[in-house]
Amino acid sequence: MNINATLIGQTIMFALFVWFCMKFVWPPIMAALDARNKRIADGLAAAERGKNDLALAAKRSAELLREAKEKVSEIIALGDKRASEIVEEAKAQAKIEGDRIITAAKAEVEQEVFRAKEQLRTQVSAIALAGAGKILGREIDAKAHNDLLDKLVAEI
Amino acid sequence: MSTEGLTTSAYIKHHLQNLTCSIQEGHFHCAHTAEEAKAMGFWAFNVDTLLVSLLLGLMFLFLFSRAAKHISADVPSGMQNFVEWVVEFIDSSVRGSFTGRSTLVAPLALTIFAWIFLMNLMDLVPIDYVSLITQPMGIGHFKLVPTTDPNATIGMAIGVFLLVLFYSIKVKGLGGFVGELTLQPFGKFGLPVNLFLEGVNLIAKPVSLALRLFGNMYAGEMIFILIALMGASWVSFSFASTLLFSSQIILSLGWAIFHILIVTLQAFIFMTLTIVYLDMAHQEHH
Repeated sequence: MNINATLIGQTIMFALFVWFCMKFVWPPIMAALDARNKRIADGLAAAERGKNDLALAAKRSAELLREAKEKVSEIIALGDKRASEIVEEAKAQAKIEGDRIITAAKAEVEQEVFRAKEQLRTQVSAIALAGAGKILGREIDAKAHNDLLDKLVAEI
Repeated sequence: MSTEGLTTSAYIKHHLQNLTCSIQEGHFHCAHTAEEAKAMGFWAFNVDTLLVSLLLGLMFLFLFSRAAKHISADVPSGMQNFVEWVVEFIDSSVRGSFTGRSTLVAPLALTIFAWIFLMNLMDLVPIDYVSLITQPMGIGHFKLVPTTDPNATIGMAIGVFLLVLFYSIKVKGLGGFVGELTLQPFGKFGLPVNLFLEGVNLIAKPVSLALRLFGNMYAGEMIFILIALMGASWVSFSFASTLLFSSQIILSLGWAIFHILIVTLQAFIFMTLTIVYLDMAHQEHH
């Protein structure tokens, strides 16, 4: 157990080993570790971002859904209103049409009546003439009394 | 192991003797006895210490640089996992103790931890197995654990001490460093006392680093040798011999398991103290 030049050799070896380790071993390992740390941190940040995005999207979709529902109910209400409007309109039109038909019918009836009266009048004058002829026992000259008869017809 | 003709103390001495070699009169010569090794003086080398620590250091650097070359930020596997685990452990230790910014301290800490850990780990190789290989090669002594050689631990402590001096002067300037040594804690009128106190403080750092590691590993090795002696004192199938032999097995197993803790702990302590000393070198105390 003597102290001898071994310690010089050991010191030199020590220095060389440390130098080598400092040059070729430590930096690449640390670089890789740092790179992985960074990658993990990035990944976590991305995941966090994704989660936020998801929450945001969910919120947005809920909002859209709510809006859509609102719009739908609005449209339904509008449709209902329109339908009742159409019904109302149809009713009004039908009434008008009905009135018109009734009026036309009435006019026709009146015309019919008038025509019947007209016919009746002429037939009545003919019947009256025939009756009068029989009562008088002789042929009344229709031509001679036409004026009189026409007056009568006009009077009826 | 050949204990025939060896006394107990000779066996212990044999195991505590490094393979000390030097160049004498142009010849490469290795000492056979402790006296011969002592006579070689300072300019001799403990070839076993240097060789084993060199191989272990290269092994560490080979494994880690290979892992570093193929490293990627993708999902790690196998060796990369292990290397990253070690590196992150060291990195968190350095971040915890070292407040300054330095590209040196963390790799330094990694090298110290891994290298000393591997050197200490050699302690778990059964002590007499080494001579099974070295004896036929004609090598008389071979200590497998470099950290039981004070030269190794002092050598590393000197390396750390030089770094402490370098950073003290670099950060505080030569004047600041000298001032720190001489002007506190008692002001400029207590200069000699200050110099003595701070000087002791400064010198104590490498000394405590070197001797703590050496002392722990040396004591551990010593106990392994003593435990190994129990079986070596085998004489016959007597009750005493059988008892001793079986206690050797149990005790060496127990001590080896406990030693795994010491091996790691001493490497960790050496590393942590190095970080703390360098942190102190980076800080102004005034």
